[in-house]
Amino acid sequence: MKKYSVFAVAREAMRHHSGWTRAWRDAAPKKRYDVVIIGAGGHGLATAYHLGKNFGITNVAVIEKGWLGGGNTGRNTTIIRSNYLQDASAAIYEKSRSLYETMSQDLNYNVMFSPRGVIMLAQTEHEVRGFKRTAHANMLQGVSTEFIGPHKVKELLPIINLSGPRYPVLGGLYQARGGTARHDAVAWGYARACSDMGMDIIQQCEVTGVQTSGGKVTGVNTTRGDIACDKVGMVVAGHSGHLAEMAGFRLPIESVALQALVSEPVKPCMDVVVMANTVHGYMSQSDKGEMVIGGGTDGYNNYTQRGSFHHIEETVRALVETFPMVSRLKMLRQWGGIVDITGDRSPILSKTPVQGVFINCGWGTGGFKAIPGSGWAMAELMAKGRSPLTDAFGLERFSEGRFIDESVAAGVAH
Amino acid sequence: MLIVSCPCCGVTAEETEFHAHGEAHIVRHTVGSTDQDMETYLFMRKNTKGVHFERWRHQYGCGKWFHMARDTMTLEVFGTYPAQTLAPPEDLLVQIDAKRPGWRKST
Repeated sequence: MKKYSVFAVAREAMRHHSGWTRAWRDAAPKKRYDVVIIGAGGHGLATAYHLGKNFGITNVAVIEKGWLGGGNTGRNTTIIRSNYLQDASAAIYEKSRSLYETMSQDLNYNVMFSPRGVIMLAQTEHEVRGFKRTAHANMLQGVSTEFIGPHKVKELLPIINLSGPRYPVLGGLYQARGGTARHDAVAWGYARACSDMGMDIIQQCEVTGVQTSGGKVTGVNTTRGDIACDKVGMVVAGHSGHLAEMAGFRLPIESVALQALVSEPVKPCMDVVVMANTVHGYMSQSDKGEMVIGGGTDGYNNYTQRGSFHHIEETVRALVETFPMVSRLKMLRQWGGIVDITGDRSPILSKTPVQGVFINCGWGTGGFKAIPGSGWAMAELMAKGRSPLTDAFGLERFSEGRFIDESVAAGVAH
Repeated sequence: MLIVSCPCCGVTAEETEFHAHGEAHIVRHTVGSTDQDMETYLFMRKNTKGVHFERWRHQYGCGKWFHMARDTMTLEVFGTYPAQTLAPPEDLLVQIDAKRPGWRKST
């Protein structure tokens, strides 16, 4: 791998940019690997990266049925925050957020992490109390957040209308080091680093079966031939249930569509990320100037990667109330992704009934922010059989009734 | 936008008048059941990719519950039937057979 630097840019500028090489190898599958990761999205690639970097396991294949980062990694609204109530969630999301801080340097790839601040608006008394409680919990967890009053909200967000027709803004939970990052770059950066460590990233390769022998995994069948391996990591979001069925176990997961939309680009007018959970809308301004908007999930099971129109209406209505200037914007495009929602709306990072098969899924509507932390924890789980970050997120919590009662993991605006 | 017919009051309307409540025909386990049965009852879902039977409620209409057969890949609504049933009616299954040959194997 050629290192990217200011000198590399200068050198290439002198020779008409003829010396750039491919960022990663598009590999063909070998017969055998130590570890196979299913899913080359952010979480899968981050898992592979940390297996190599933290544990020296580099005989790894990352297989992907579509193309690299073509699932939810490239479909989210790129929000990064860690203001969670429960200790287990705060630990893994804060680990993740802190890894984002240095990701561009670690990967030698600019992921454009922008810690511009995240505000979650409190628009009911209930929400005010809830957010104050979260701010207090965050203080104990060492996560830097604060509850701010409406005047401070207005100062940070001049375009906001504090006295909306339905829900006035009563304050907000503010995390100054939350923000956004370029989602595609996260996948590309990890892929480049993994490829550099000698790992194979195999695209257009769909898993069709999981081979087991005596309750232990021995390999996977794919559309590009059988691959033998000692360990399998399933990191595929929306289709986790489908894969689990191949390995012979079930997951407490339902798949629903979550959608987002983007406006025409306008001049910089909002330099924080805003989430309004009561009215179901959230918005940030991208570096290109587009307003990136997301809302709630559809209420029914759905694999179509399309959202229903009335949810766009609901989201836009909420944002027009809160930010009147939005009513003048034209929307450029809209898309949907399939998110996997668990029974308690918190993720699953766990061993499974099949020895050697590990699963990382159920991130629901909040997976992007968790990519590096999830990869870090999943790699530790796969390499050592246990990780302090994943202990609370095991599959067994559903039969044991040990749920993670996470107030801000509501399956919406997450 | 789904167009749904309520089998209780006969109204055909857009999905915004209704509310989805997840998988239908789930066997209830309660006091005295094993941990695993309880887990299955509360959390384990088929999450079918294809023909899915589910519970809906005519939220902003007659308020009654009913069942619906729908394709989660295409969002096609095959039909609705009363909630007071333990399994989908045979005539609806035949109708789905005609549109999705072989679907029964995958669910």
